[in-house]
Amino acid sequence: MKRYQSIQLVFIFLGALILLFIVSPLLGMFLKTSPRSLFETAGDKEVTGSIWLTIWTSMSATVLFAFAAIPLAYLLARKTFPLKKLVTGIIDLPIVIPHSAAGIAILGFVSRDTILGKLGSAIGLNFIGNPAGIAIAMAFVSIPYLINAARDGFAGVPERTEKAALTLGATPARVFFTISLPLAWRNVVSGLILMFARGMSEFGAVIVVAYHPMITPVLIYERFGSFGLKYARPVSVLFILISLSLFIILRMLSNDTKDISFNRKRKNKKTEIS
Amino acid sequence: MLEVKNICYDAGEFSLKSVSFRVEKGDYFILLGESGAGKSMLLETIAGLVHPDSGSLVLEGNDITRARIQNRKIGLVFQDHAVFPHMTVYENISYSLHGKKINNREKKARVNGIAELLSISGLLERRPATLSGGELQRVALARTLIQRPKILLLDEPLASLDSRIKSELRSLLRKIHHQGQTILHVTHDYEEALSLGNRIAVIHQGSVIQEGTPEEVFRNPKSEFVAHFTGARNFFRAHGTGENNNSIALLENTLPVTLLPLVNTPDGFILIRSEDILLSNEPFDSSAANNFEGTVAEIIPGISGTDVVVNTGISLHALVTPESVSRLEITEGKKIWIHFKATAVKFIPA
Repeated sequence: MKRYQSIQLVFIFLGALILLFIVSPLLGMFLKTSPRSLFETAGDKEVTGSIWLTIWTSMSATVLFAFAAIPLAYLLARKTFPLKKLVTGIIDLPIVIPHSAAGIAILGFVSRDTILGKLGSAIGLNFIGNPAGIAIAMAFVSIPYLINAARDGFAGVPERTEKAALTLGATPARVFFTISLPLAWRNVVSGLILMFARGMSEFGAVIVVAYHPMITPVLIYERFGSFGLKYARPVSVLFILISLSLFIILRMLSNDTKDISFNRKRKNKKTEIS
Repeated sequence: MLEVKNICYDAGEFSLKSVSFRVEKGDYFILLGESGAGKSMLLETIAGLVHPDSGSLVLEGNDITRARIQNRKIGLVFQDHAVFPHMTVYENISYSLHGKKINNREKKARVNGIAELLSISGLLERRPATLSGGELQRVALARTLIQRPKILLLDEPLASLDSRIKSELRSLLRKIHHQGQTILHVTHDYEEALSLGNRIAVIHQGSVIQEGTPEEVFRNPKSEFVAHFTGARNFFRAHGTGENNNSIALLENTLPVTLLPLVNTPDGFILIRSEDILLSNEPFDSSAANNFEGTVAEIIPGISGTDVVVNTGISLHALVTPESVSRLEITEGKKIWIHFKATAVKFIPA
């Protein structure tokens, strides 16, 4: 039998306490929610509409902002430029500032009297109390997760591989799309999932920008404030179940495409054996 | 063909200091130098991955110093081959054919042709992760050769390969060269340089310090560094006589030397370390298979010992201590015997 040193036993005990700390409140909430109330909540149009709104606003924010965030991550991984550390610090800002404060900042940025607000009004779009404003608030707090993960991914791509592609006559754009991006894809997808997840769970910034239409974290808060714990619990459980299922599916899909070479290696080995 | 003129580049840790040399069409040109001498940086400069601070690069009469990488028609194979891990061997090889006006049938034919030349036809559907180091290097060569480069740059292509694979790849590189491909190959290995190159330039601390044929560079090292780096003063062209399974080779068509049998090829170079040569006033019976009488031509004192040059029809250098020189009363013009074992004779096939 494997023997553990006493320090390792202490670490295992402390680790178990942390796991318990995470699992027990969630488990308690699940156990206290009856299947009946869960089914009833699943049939509540206000709840399903809010979950759907949360998913699609977060997904839109992730996809739209990814178009600029991924190239920025590439620049950060590959280039040295003046004030690069400052830029890196700015990217991490949304993680460290309180999210309600972030909401106030965004509100000031998208309200009707700002340039962005006026631009929006010109095309009939009011960011306040609108899914577009929700998406902006979600993107603000979650974009560092995508940029940092993608930057690490690009940094892990050997520069020589890119240089080799250049000497084979590829333009820098082709090198980015056929070499850098596919090789960093695993991290990029990880970043996309993290950004999406973080966006979905955002409450503080969104509630300041748009109380209505209600995303699920705001709905849970509203049900808790108006009706109490008993009414907020089934919505929370349902939202957690849907979020978890979504992330498991996304992870599985990204695992299918990640590390293709490794999977092929295993496949080839099988063929050799047979 | 390729003229490298006064290339200077300062990259902090490494720098190139006014590097100049000329590679002619059909040359197998070797840049020989220690690690950190600036060899790889020079290749990257020629390929266009790095822009020099000053100097110029002229390829077939056209100044390419500032030309775009993709327009230079120069192929570069990296030491770590840099094969694209997420593509099959076929996709790797055909990568450079993208955007060229070539139909699928011709593309396939070209990939198959180059794969056959490099003996990797059976690997085309494989992923790089399943290939050995030697196979990866062949894929990298195929991927570069398929674009028919005017000059092929090789950055330590045989480093970190085991000796059997190395010898196979050397034959392959000779084959590619014999098909007319001009090659510029950088290495730190003088055996590789002798085995493959028809011209050699020695690069040291970012400068080319000697250039010439292998014989010129190895026989007449222009500086202490070259002499030390090339490793041997006793360097000769040799040819197996066919006797005893080619275990006797004629040095410079003059001196018959016994060595371990030459299995593959009777032609090449022979190196004998001057530390491995013994001197005596009289012949004596020993296990040394090579015993010759000669005349002391020169005595050169040095830091690591005294270099005694003995003329036996060809000049052989023996490195001995100053005490041995005085004990044997060695003087210029004196008759003396030299001895060395067959195993001390290093043969490098050419």
